[in-house]
Amino acid sequence: MALSQNEIQRIAHLARIELDDAMLPHLQRQLGSIFGMIDTLSKVDTDGVTPMAHAQPLALPLRDDEVTEPDRRDHYQQGAPAVQDGLYLVPKVIE
Amino acid sequence: MSLPNAAHTTVTELAAGLATKRFSALELTDGLLAKIAAAQPVLNAFVSVDPDGARAAAKAADAARAKGEGGSLTGIPIAHKDLFMTEGLRTTCSSKMLEHFVAPYDAHVVTALKQAGTVLLGKTAMDEFAMGSSTETSFFGVVRNPWQPDFVPGGSSGGAAVAVAAGLVPAATGSDTGGSIRQPSSFCGVTGIKPTYGICSRHGMIAFASSLDQAGPIARSAEDCALLLTAMAGHDARDATSLPHPKEDYRRELVKPAAAKPLAGVRVGLPEIFFGDGVDALVVAAVEAALAELRALGAVTVPVALPNIGYSVPIYYVLAPAEASSNLSRLDGVRYGHRAARYTDLLDMYKKSRAEGFGDEVKRRVLVGTYVLSHGYYDAYYLKAQKVRRLIADDYQAAFALCDVILGPTVPTTAPRLGTQSQDPIKMYLNDIFTIGANMAGLPAMSVPCGFAPNGLPIGLQLQGPYFSEARLLNIAHRFQQVTDWHRRAPKEVGHA
Repeated sequence: MALSQNEIQRIAHLARIELDDAMLPHLQRQLGSIFGMIDTLSKVDTDGVTPMAHAQPLALPLRDDEVTEPDRRDHYQQGAPAVQDGLYLVPKVIE
Repeated sequence: MSLPNAAHTTVTELAAGLATKRFSALELTDGLLAKIAAAQPVLNAFVSVDPDGARAAAKAADAARAKGEGGSLTGIPIAHKDLFMTEGLRTTCSSKMLEHFVAPYDAHVVTALKQAGTVLLGKTAMDEFAMGSSTETSFFGVVRNPWQPDFVPGGSSGGAAVAVAAGLVPAATGSDTGGSIRQPSSFCGVTGIKPTYGICSRHGMIAFASSLDQAGPIARSAEDCALLLTAMAGHDARDATSLPHPKEDYRRELVKPAAAKPLAGVRVGLPEIFFGDGVDALVVAAVEAALAELRALGAVTVPVALPNIGYSVPIYYVLAPAEASSNLSRLDGVRYGHRAARYTDLLDMYKKSRAEGFGDEVKRRVLVGTYVLSHGYYDAYYLKAQKVRRLIADDYQAAFALCDVILGPTVPTTAPRLGTQSQDPIKMYLNDIFTIGANMAGLPAMSVPCGFAPNGLPIGLQLQGPYFSEARLLNIAHRFQQVTDWHRRAPKEVGHA
């Protein structure tokens, strides 16, 4: 299956990755060959097969609803690009 | 004091040297730090080295041993793959995105090995975010195979396998999503095991594909892997997929005295496809020679079939990118990681930060993953791949009704030359055909050195077993290593201390 360059730009937008138009022909070839390989799956008869999402059939474990984590906000925010008063700073979103 | 050469010495032997005070943990650590510094310009196995932290941990280990405390790993130097979070020490995933990221806490595996008394020397290079099979996609430069520096070490745990093979550390941690412990172990002539999914907590192990990722050790011998795995494994409530499986001593079979036929009655399953077209004749010959050894030890071989294993690569390139695109969405330049210097608004900040922070292979996989999860394609790709995943897991269950372990080559070839695969992702992806199945089914699997090609590059065999059969796999490998010396071979030393 061939992806158009427009489609690739649409996916890149969804993935929040800026793509230079100059990269598109190369990327189009590579993605085309990856999806060519993936499309061999259409030959497999999977009627009635239950999808397998995980290696072990585990139920989501529940725990008691109690506070287990101490407040380590300042410690965790040390690596943040921009913080102020415990908040992460980003460009203005709402005018 | 005479320091042993870690390239020829196992963890078990080093522990004996520490216990009998032939050398101290500090002397051992200093010796290896010097070796790492000398080898680094050639091999590039490490992203970060922590001499101060290592020396402090070594002194603490020596003090513990002086008081008669500590266990079999106290004072043993190790290295962690650079996706295990280490508090206070840079954790990069070999990505520009996390070039300056200092982890705020330790991964479960890191804590476990710290508590066992190991000495962390540094963090090893990997393919960026573990996406690759050659360690050529590291932001910090390619890593070289110590046997032949113009060849790749494999990946994604390439730095870990190189560090062990070159004798820079006696053991290292790795992670395996589609073969990332076993394939570099095979290419570098060392022993590595990926345990049953859920045996080692993923807490603090930066996620690539959560339903497939599993941590495990890389070391010189199966015995050393058993020691390390015993320390690394265990239930952890902080990882919802960590199995409530009782603690095991993975050495329990190994320490039994060797009988004349220690593998008597072990049924080794041989899937035809593991020995078929596309597998190097040299690799097949080395694995068949190993099979002869196993038969001499009492094992019997039986044919088994894994009819859908050929589809493991295509489903991997649906499922792993899908999970990766979701996992890596957290890297947006807001809470940690790279943020672009210039941008116009929030959306532009996300896009530029991610465009600058991720390398080409990571971008390619995030795009594939985003596409297969996008509206209108989910059933055709993601759901379809999950169904084929079930077929592969069922194939393994049917095979294990006939045999105790499955054996074949770890990789169809020996290590390729540097730079020969980066232009052809499909070719690189197909190298993982024998390893991915175990990740899909969540089974334990390991790679064991079993020979060399005429160009000097190592060959590995793979053992795959039913759930929780680690002790058996390790024992088979150990009995093989008792009668062979492939795992004892070491490459010529590079650099000079």
